[in-house]
Amino acid sequence: MKKLLVLLLLAVVGYSLITAMMGVKFGENRLGDPQDEKTVSAYYLNNTTQKLSVSNVITAIVVNYRGLDTLGEVSVLFLASLGLGSILYRKHKEGEEEVAILKPSSQLLQAGSKLIFPAILMLGAYVFIHGHLTPGGGFQGGAIIATGFLLMMMAYQDYRVSHSVLVWVESLAGITFAGIGMWGLLLGNTFLENFLPIGTLNNLFSGGIIPIIYIAVGFKVAAELTGVLDTLLNIKDKH
Amino acid sequence: MMFEAIVIIILAVILLAAAVYAVMQKDLLYAVIATGVISLILSVFFFIMQAPDVALTEAAIGIALTTIVFIITIRNTSRREDEVPMDHEPDRNENDN
Repeated sequence: MKKLLVLLLLAVVGYSLITAMMGVKFGENRLGDPQDEKTVSAYYLNNTTQKLSVSNVITAIVVNYRGLDTLGEVSVLFLASLGLGSILYRKHKEGEEEVAILKPSSQLLQAGSKLIFPAILMLGAYVFIHGHLTPGGGFQGGAIIATGFLLMMMAYQDYRVSHSVLVWVESLAGITFAGIGMWGLLLGNTFLENFLPIGTLNNLFSGGIIPIIYIAVGFKVAAELTGVLDTLLNIKDKH
Repeated sequence: MMFEAIVIIILAVILLAAAVYAVMQKDLLYAVIATGVISLILSVFFFIMQAPDVALTEAAIGIALTTIVFIITIRNTSRREDEVPMDHEPDRNENDN
C-alpha cells in the first residue's frame, strides 16, 4: 500500500514536471541565444578563450567567474565529512575487537586491484590537473582518486589510510584555495581575483590561478572522500 | 540521428524500470544496485547531452561512492526492509517504516 502511495506521489511529481517542461525542447539552449551579445552565456562563450585562455568554459565559470560558490561547495563537503567523522570515528582502544565489514576477497580481486590502482590515481590526477583543458576538474578527479582507494580497501582488509596524512592534505589544500583568494584581495582587487599571467590558450600552464585552485580542490575532495570511506569501513564495536 | 533516438529510448525505459524496481524491491541490497544502474544510465545521458563534466561526477559519485556507502549501511543494519534489526527495539522500528 505504501509502495503504491510512493509510486502515485512520484507519478504526480513527474506529471507536474512534464507539464512544466513541455514547452522546452529537448537539448535546446535555455540560457538565451549565444549570438545575442546581452546574454550571460554569450559573454562566457565569447570572452573566456581570449580573456582567460581557458578552453573548458565550464571550468572558467566554476573557478573564475563563480569562484566563491566553489569555495562554498568545498566547505559544505568539508562540513559533511567532519560531521560523519565526529559521529563515527573512534580511536582503537584496548579490549576492543574490530568488526570486519567486508568478507576476505579473492586473489583475483587482490592482484587486479594492485594492478589497476596506480592507473586510477593517474587518471584522477590527470582529470584535475587538466581541468582547464579537458572535461572534468577538481571534484571529478578527487572522486576518481577516492574510488581507487575504495578498491584497495575492498581488496585488502588490512589496508589502512593514515588519517593524519589525510588531515594534513585536506587542510593544506583548503588553505591554498582560501589563501589564493586572499592574495587577490591583498593586491587591491577582489577576492579570488585572477592575478597570475594567463599564458597562451591550450597550454598546461595557462589560465592564471584556475589550475592551481583546481589542483587544490582535487586534493581536498580526494582526502575528504577517502577519509569518509575509511571511517565507514572501519566502524569499531565493543565486544 | 534515428539510431541515437532509439538508444536514448531504450536507456530511458531501463532507467524507469530500475527506478520502479528500487522502490518495490524488499531486499535492500538489490534496490541499492538498481539505484547504481540509474546513476550509470544518467551519466550516459549527461554525456549524450554534451555535459561530460557532470557525467564524470555522476559516474564516480553516483555509481561507486554512493552505492558503497549504502551497502556499508545495509551491512551494519538489516538487509530486508521488513526485518527487525537485532539491536533495536521493535516499536521504534515500526515508526521508522
